[in-house]
Amino acid sequence: MDMTASLIATTLSAGTPLALAALGLLINEKSGVVNLGAEGMMLMAAVVGFAVALSTGNQWLAFAAGAVTAALLAGALGVLVIWLNTNQYATGLALTLFGAGLSAFIGIDYVGKTLPNFTAWNIPGLSQLPFFGPALFRHHLMVYLTIVLAFGLVWFFDRTRAGLVLRAVGESPESAHALGYPVRRIRLLALMAGGALVGVAGAYLSVIYTPLWVQGMTAGRGWIALALTTFATWRPARVLLGAYLFGGVTMLQFFFQGSGVQVPAQLLSMLPYVATIVVLALMSRNPQWIRLHMPTSIGKPFTPES
Amino acid sequence: MFDRLLKKPLAALVAAAALAGLAPAAAVAAEPLKVGFVYIGPVGDAGWTYAHDLARKALQAKFGDKIKTQYVENVPEGPDAARVIRDLAQQGDGLIFTTSFGYMEPTLKIARDYPNVKFEHATGYKTAKNVGTYDARTYEGAYLAGVIAGGMTKTNVLGVVGSVPIPEVLRNIDSFTLGAQSVNPKIVTKVVWVNKWFDPPKETEAATSLVNQGADVLFQNTDSPAVLQTAEKLGKYGFGWDSNMRKFGGKAHLASATINWAPLYEMLTSQVLSGTWKPAQYWWGMKHDTIELQDISPAVPPALKKIVLEREAGLKNGTLDIWKGPIVDQSGKTVLPAGKVADDAFLHGITFYVKGVEGQVPGR
Amino acid sequence: MLRLEPRAAPSRLMVWLSPLLALGITVAFGIGIFLAMGKNPWQGLSMFFWEPVKSAYNLSELALKATPLILIGLGLAACYRSNVWNIGAEGQYIVGAICGGGVALLAGEQTSHAIVLPILLAGVLGGMAWAALVALLRDWFNANEILVSLMLVYVAQYLLDDLVYGPWKDPEGYNFPQTRLFADPALLGHLVEGTRLNWGFPLALLAVALVWVFLFRSVRGFALQVGGLAPGAARYAGFSARQSLWTVLLLSGGFAGLAGALDAIGPLQQLTPQVSQGYGFAAIIVAFVGRLNPVGVVLSAVLMAMFYIGGELAQSRLGLPNAMTGVFQGLLLFSLLACDTLIAHRVRLAR
Repeated sequence: MDMTASLIATTLSAGTPLALAALGLLINEKSGVVNLGAEGMMLMAAVVGFAVALSTGNQWLAFAAGAVTAALLAGALGVLVIWLNTNQYATGLALTLFGAGLSAFIGIDYVGKTLPNFTAWNIPGLSQLPFFGPALFRHHLMVYLTIVLAFGLVWFFDRTRAGLVLRAVGESPESAHALGYPVRRIRLLALMAGGALVGVAGAYLSVIYTPLWVQGMTAGRGWIALALTTFATWRPARVLLGAYLFGGVTMLQFFFQGSGVQVPAQLLSMLPYVATIVVLALMSRNPQWIRLHMPTSIGKPFTPES
Repeated sequence: MFDRLLKKPLAALVAAAALAGLAPAAAVAAEPLKVGFVYIGPVGDAGWTYAHDLARKALQAKFGDKIKTQYVENVPEGPDAARVIRDLAQQGDGLIFTTSFGYMEPTLKIARDYPNVKFEHATGYKTAKNVGTYDARTYEGAYLAGVIAGGMTKTNVLGVVGSVPIPEVLRNIDSFTLGAQSVNPKIVTKVVWVNKWFDPPKETEAATSLVNQGADVLFQNTDSPAVLQTAEKLGKYGFGWDSNMRKFGGKAHLASATINWAPLYEMLTSQVLSGTWKPAQYWWGMKHDTIELQDISPAVPPALKKIVLEREAGLKNGTLDIWKGPIVDQSGKTVLPAGKVADDAFLHGITFYVKGVEGQVPGR
Repeated sequence: MLRLEPRAAPSRLMVWLSPLLALGITVAFGIGIFLAMGKNPWQGLSMFFWEPVKSAYNLSELALKATPLILIGLGLAACYRSNVWNIGAEGQYIVGAICGGGVALLAGEQTSHAIVLPILLAGVLGGMAWAALVALLRDWFNANEILVSLMLVYVAQYLLDDLVYGPWKDPEGYNFPQTRLFADPALLGHLVEGTRLNWGFPLALLAVALVWVFLFRSVRGFALQVGGLAPGAARYAGFSARQSLWTVLLLSGGFAGLAGALDAIGPLQQLTPQVSQGYGFAAIIVAFVGRLNPVGVVLSAVLMAMFYIGGELAQSRLGLPNAMTGVFQGLLLFSLLACDTLIAHRVRLAR
């Protein structure tokens, strides 16, 4: 049915920025750092990405610019949190508030400007399939890249030495330090790499998803991405699933409205957030489960004994 | 001794003469009228606020030295609005425009404290000795857009992204539908609400879901070009609203139903300058050039365009009535009997969908 | 090359100097921004630091704006001292406004003015209930309070929207999403004629005194602080982590709810979807800049209120964009956190 195919298509597209940001935060958290600055980083990346897309007309430059912006902000966060040992939660929050304000400030000149249409990529042949064609094979390249990335991260964490070291740093930084690994530098690297992904998510929002700039346009997606990492018990493939679920529920409320279902629009809008709370509660209930998957040193400062 | 007796009254006489000489000079260099504008959104929103600011600029250009305009943007409706309005009044503004419904109570409150300042509140319904209200007959633009939409649709499903379910927006959706039905009785209008005046990402999602449900012509009552852009991205048709949005829509842009506040602002400012201002409730439309249909797309076939232009002329000279009975609501009830023309009171109180609109009015 | 050396003991001087240093950095940054925008920096600074305190009316507006920041900041200070990361004060504020507003709607012109007490009580209880959800989920399910409290902010906003668009909508309001104006007896009176100052401010100051006594003079308060600083020691001493959790969440929820109800029957006088002005998040900065200390919270709340009002004035008088306020607030916190390292570390030039 054409409508279901469209619903699947929009779910994939709406879930992509969430998945990208959540995967980035996953990398951060695997190394033991909680990044509450995601929302601010996404906004800064969105405005910078938009500005670059506007002046160069090249979407990939825009993505790169967004990634670099967010990575730099993550670097600043990293210096404070990893070397100066400031409180991870408060510093992250400060970054979000600062990023929100600065992005609104920078974006003033860009409100009301428009971008060229960066069209979706129709996979030749496959996109003509009935139902599956419009549902799965007519998306922007970034949608497919996100899926590849998720599975790439599964492979990275499970099968590569670098991934193992990263996990060790997150589980027990003291042991990793004792083994001679530069814990703080690894954490900074993880923070910046994850931050870059968060930046790509932000740029995707302002350049592809809604090619406009408006202050605060991420509308809490950074926070939802944070919830998604816990929701997915820090497993990349599950993050992908959770992101699509969340994106789908958001689109569902409009679907219901249009078909005349009698539920008040506001209660429908609440659904994604209530769902997140419920799942969080259920997941966290089993402390074994959490301990099995949550990087143990999350949120705690680390100082190498010198 | 004589000197002292004469000096004082002489000095006083000299002083008085000097003052008398100065007084007419002072009267000639009159202070320009300060006109303040309070905006709900950013002037760059390319929609509602942008239209007001265009008019403000036209106003400054027209009156030159006689007035000095200033604006404050992104003022949220709520307790902060009162502070901003009061500050403008304190700075000596003689005429203040508050351009969103939610400023109604703060405007009235501040007006009580500054009886010499004139306030004009947009889209409100409460007036006072120094508070007037004004609005534009946006439903006329919506009607004409509907006529084009009805003629251009192939699926006979029209999609509207609604902002806030207040009578003004319901009236626009109904007028849009009536216009479409007048050239294509088979159409159906689907409505999705974003519950905000301005939220481009949400507007995009809402528009996408409407297209998913079969709509091939989109319309909106929100303040940004997001819906039109989405139409362009998905290969459907759309309209500009409040301001000319042709540059956002490319091939998708069928026309823009715009508001030109300049004529009204110029009249009100003249009244304040000449001291003839009185609190009133103005509701201007195409007859006063406040509503315009701009940039009809070349994709619109000539026969349809002819009908649209005829109807537009009819609205401009007052010979065409959009809300003329028989008008039936969704439940089948006749809300306006045959031959009767709706008056302003009826139009202000519209809380129903006309037949042909699908879905339920929120909050009923 | 600059190097950080840990101090033998934390510097008491830096504890109070650090916020001032952070303010100095923020102001310096501000001057830079003003110059870059071609505006007179002294004019810009005076909008933020002089204008808001220039007249009695402006001072009253400052106190009005600072009241919710003080109340919420107090609660959050207690929370953060106990290592409970309540990020959802915004939601608790909204629910407090809803509950207070709900009771206020019951009042008619003939109701006694004493209805203000049940209104404020309803606000407190509403905020407490919303925070209790967070405490419950953390206590029973071990769910992270940061995420839960944050998600509940969105839920609270949609709840407000639903009420204001639906059952509580003013029947004579032309279908606009707002309740009718509250009847006069339900409104907070003005303390000083000609200003909007109401009982909220003295209430907030009273709360400051109470929280100070609680934190620094009561056993419970002591237990809270130990629990936050050294959970192992707290357990050893028999201080219940669960009790602390519930205490701080109910306290901060109650204060946030009170702030919401005060604003609903104070300056707002009805419920609209725009009840929240972001106080719940700004109060986080207030709590930190105030060093999680009740007296410090008052000072930083006033500073924050100056940023807000200054930002508005800068916009209407100088044409500066109102996004400046957010930049300054975020920068203040950032600088503060950076400067705080100087409390435990010394800067040395290393060869």
